Amino acid sequence: MNFQEIILRLQNYWGKQGCIILQPYDVEKGAGTMNPATFLRALGPEPWKVAYVEPSRRPTDGRYGENPNRLQHYYQYQVILKPSPDNVIELYLDSLRDLGIEPDKHDIRLVEDNWESPTLGAWGLGWEVWLDGMEITQFTYFQQCGGFDCFPVCAEITYGLERIAMYIQNRESVFDIEWVDGISYADVHHQTEVDYSHYNFEVAAVNTLSTMFNLCEEEAQKIAARHLPQPAYDYVLKCSHLFNLLDARGAISVTERTGYIARVRNLARLVAGEYLEQRKRLGYPLIKDEELRKTLIIDEEVL
Amino acid sequence: MARDLLLEIGVEEMPSAFMGRAIADLKANAQKQLDDARLSYKEIRSYGTPRRLTLWVQGLEEKQPDALLEIRGPKKSIAFDQEGNPTKAGLGFARSQKVDFNNLEVREVGGVEYIFVIRKEKGNASTAILPKVLLDIINSLTFPKSMRWGYYHTRFARPLRWLLAILDSEKIDIRVENIKSTNETYGHRFLSSGALPVKDVQHYFQVLRENYVILDQEARKELIRKQVLDVADAAGGHPMENEDLLEEINYLLEYPTAFYGQFSPSYLEVPPEVLTTSMIEHQRYFPVFDNQGNLMSGFIGVRNGTDYSLDTVRAGNERVLKARLEDALFFWNEDNRKPLVDMVNGLKEVLFHERLGSIMDKVERLQTLAVAIGEACSLSDAATLKRTALLCKADLVSSMVYEFPELQGIMGRYYAIKSGEKTEVSQAIFEHYLPRSAGDILPTTESGKVLSLAEKIDNLTGCFAIGLKPSGSQDPYALRRQAMGIVHIILDSGLSLDLAALVGKAYDNFADIQTDSNRKDTISEVMEFIVQRMRGVLLERGYSYDLIDAALAVPSNDITDISNRIKALQDLRQSEIFDDFMVVYNRCHNLSKKWQDDSINTQVLVDESEINLNRSFNLIKYDVYRSINAGDYLGACKMLAGLRPEVDDFFNAVMVMVDDAELKAARLGLLKAIANLCNFIADFSKIVV
Repeated sequence: MNFQEIILRLQNYWGKQGCIILQPYDVEKGAGTMNPATFLRALGPEPWKVAYVEPSRRPTDGRYGENPNRLQHYYQYQVILKPSPDNVIELYLDSLRDLGIEPDKHDIRLVEDNWESPTLGAWGLGWEVWLDGMEITQFTYFQQCGGFDCFPVCAEITYGLERIAMYIQNRESVFDIEWVDGISYADVHHQTEVDYSHYNFEVAAVNTLSTMFNLCEEEAQKIAARHLPQPAYDYVLKCSHLFNLLDARGAISVTERTGYIARVRNLARLVAGEYLEQRKRLGYPLIKDEELRKTLIIDEEVL
Repeated sequence: MARDLLLEIGVEEMPSAFMGRAIADLKANAQKQLDDARLSYKEIRSYGTPRRLTLWVQGLEEKQPDALLEIRGPKKSIAFDQEGNPTKAGLGFARSQKVDFNNLEVREVGGVEYIFVIRKEKGNASTAILPKVLLDIINSLTFPKSMRWGYYHTRFARPLRWLLAILDSEKIDIRVENIKSTNETYGHRFLSSGALPVKDVQHYFQVLRENYVILDQEARKELIRKQVLDVADAAGGHPMENEDLLEEINYLLEYPTAFYGQFSPSYLEVPPEVLTTSMIEHQRYFPVFDNQGNLMSGFIGVRNGTDYSLDTVRAGNERVLKARLEDALFFWNEDNRKPLVDMVNGLKEVLFHERLGSIMDKVERLQTLAVAIGEACSLSDAATLKRTALLCKADLVSSMVYEFPELQGIMGRYYAIKSGEKTEVSQAIFEHYLPRSAGDILPTTESGKVLSLAEKIDNLTGCFAIGLKPSGSQDPYALRRQAMGIVHIILDSGLSLDLAALVGKAYDNFADIQTDSNRKDTISEVMEFIVQRMRGVLLERGYSYDLIDAALAVPSNDITDISNRIKALQDLRQSEIFDDFMVVYNRCHNLSKKWQDDSINTQVLVDESEINLNRSFNLIKYDVYRSINAGDYLGACKMLAGLRPEVDDFFNAVMVMVDDAELKAARLGLLKAIANLCNFIADFSKIVV
């Protein structure tokens, strides 16, 4: 099964489970969780089922294309099920079966792993899923997001696509993954890994980036003040990515680090609050059960 | 007829670290709830796997015993008016209890008369009470971290997915959120499918056995232990003993099958600590050693399942470990490309604490403090100590320690050896973190002892100076452990040093930092903290609390001296002169307790007994001082005990509290002087005779 088929199969599987198949969000981000389809939609009372591929950037993980397991740009497959269904683990295991991974032929474990993102003010409890000793998925029940309690609670399933492909194709290097017949992962991404590693570690202009960080922070605050959560959130994402670039460049001293993280978290919190307000103003349109929607709105007014 | 109760709480995979306590709590909660409900039973057992917590109550009585309930109402004086007729309040109480007023009784409680309803309560059938009891048992389970799921508000370690509750073969109906109890269980996640009906309690155990669940955690653990030993044996080695790892694996699976995997011997060039850490911490494998104690190029994994398709599992695990070890080899080679001293500069970028600066700042402090400590206890030499202090934190910026933080110090030692540092320096780099936990080994080299003390004194002083003191169970910087480390190192080596002066030196190193506590307060708080830990250490070593408190009452900044005095008190108590000594001390001390002046106007002494006592005291006084100064506390006590005949004669012959003020002052002064001399050794009034 080539890389492309793995993605298509997951799209197909989760599509059949009633998920909206979204496309990647067009702002750089460190993980699928930061996509507004997760970060914002996890907030508030509205149900939401979505699945998408997310190109994810971690500038500090770049290795000039020389390490078989580390990339500064890779792909996650992200699923959000809100509220978390009772059979969510079975649904996940069926998706593995759909990829040809028969659980009884392997050793699949759910090992405690609690997720926390200090920059997003978010945390949850769950597991890393091990396939014969290899972590292939992160599974999290979101408890808080942007500093707000999540209710209902969503389940987040994040597949490491390259890891799964390496396993299925029996490859020892991520670059040897077959994307489609005759085209490898290296053909698609090796040179960009080399180039971005040079850029992230050596070329990126520290002064320019820190100026950009300040400008984006200011912009996010201005936009949030106009009650436009998603445009504001774009600038939170930019701040987060700029912070990661500065970090890779070795430009953030240890003392400054906590300060930067707090600044991004404050923005995330601000935007999360704006988003919650907006959904309430709109009357929670994603709640299709009219009765439920009305009681919910009345309950909130009483509170 | 007694019956068997079974409750199974089905959950999604529980964190393994929670399980031991959860299983114990389940039993304890059940005991409490059943006792509160007056339901007697023969025995309670509790079990757990990652997916279930099971409670088994054997011999549960079918019915509560009848009970006599005594419900107190208002005072008699309120329930009856002056004519002896019921008042509104009295009638109201009777009505609320649904009894006729004439059936109330008057009883006295603490001298006051009240009206009472005495009601016989028929014991209920256990089936009637059990639903509430079971819910209370479930709801009283708590976890270090709990969560919500779906649309529900209940919190549990992981989502609840099913409940099985039966009394013999009878279903008990309970409900938690959307989960209604049934008489069905579930087997192994991958080796069994669907709900499995359970006829009765014994059948439950059978069903689980048949469906690849080994419920009893102890049986499962022993099975894993045996499998691991057998697999190691077949490979010609023995597994690393590691109870924590065994315990963790035990709660990661329901049906174990151990297997042997291999990796290329070429990775054995990486230090064994790195390989075993990777195997244990990342992969939960048991490392294997050959008969010479050398690490073998293999590992033992334990699969959650049978041996079906075990080769696939083995191959997958081998591949994962290979990638891990490849990383480790890369880090090892990378770190060895330059000498350890080249890493020191990077410490400027590693934060020690946001208010206490970088690790580099700390290294600079350690250099001066280590030299001061070395001088104070004549250990090592300034050049070696400075070099060790400079290098002791350098491995924190190595790739290997970045990846495996628990290898700090261990990697530093390897890199120092590779860089050609002196053996003393390399070893001291490792030792300066010792002891890492209670019962850990202590530093053995001179420089290791000094650096370990410097490291800990700097940590304690810095944290106390900015108000980061441990409180209650909160001790995020492990200051208690470090203070204990200081005590163990000093006592173990018998180092004699002025600890307060060293804490003062450590404080002066923070001159550029905004502190919350001034020099004097910091020193006294740190000393108090260390002395408290010392008290604990000595209690643990078997010294009795009164001897410890007696010695601690005489302040000293030299904890070896305190410890020597405690040892002397112990010897004194076991010696034949103990009684004599305590008589001397107690008679002198008791009477002169409130007297301050220990000067003696010998001119006014008249009685032969007091003149004798004074003479004898003067004869030994300077020898006692000398013995105390030389640390011969028992010798000093012996001399003082020798005063017993003179002390007894004195008290038989004279009255101390006479009207003649001058004579009284002289007598009290004499007693005070003797008591004070004793008090140089310890406060003997704290000793329990």
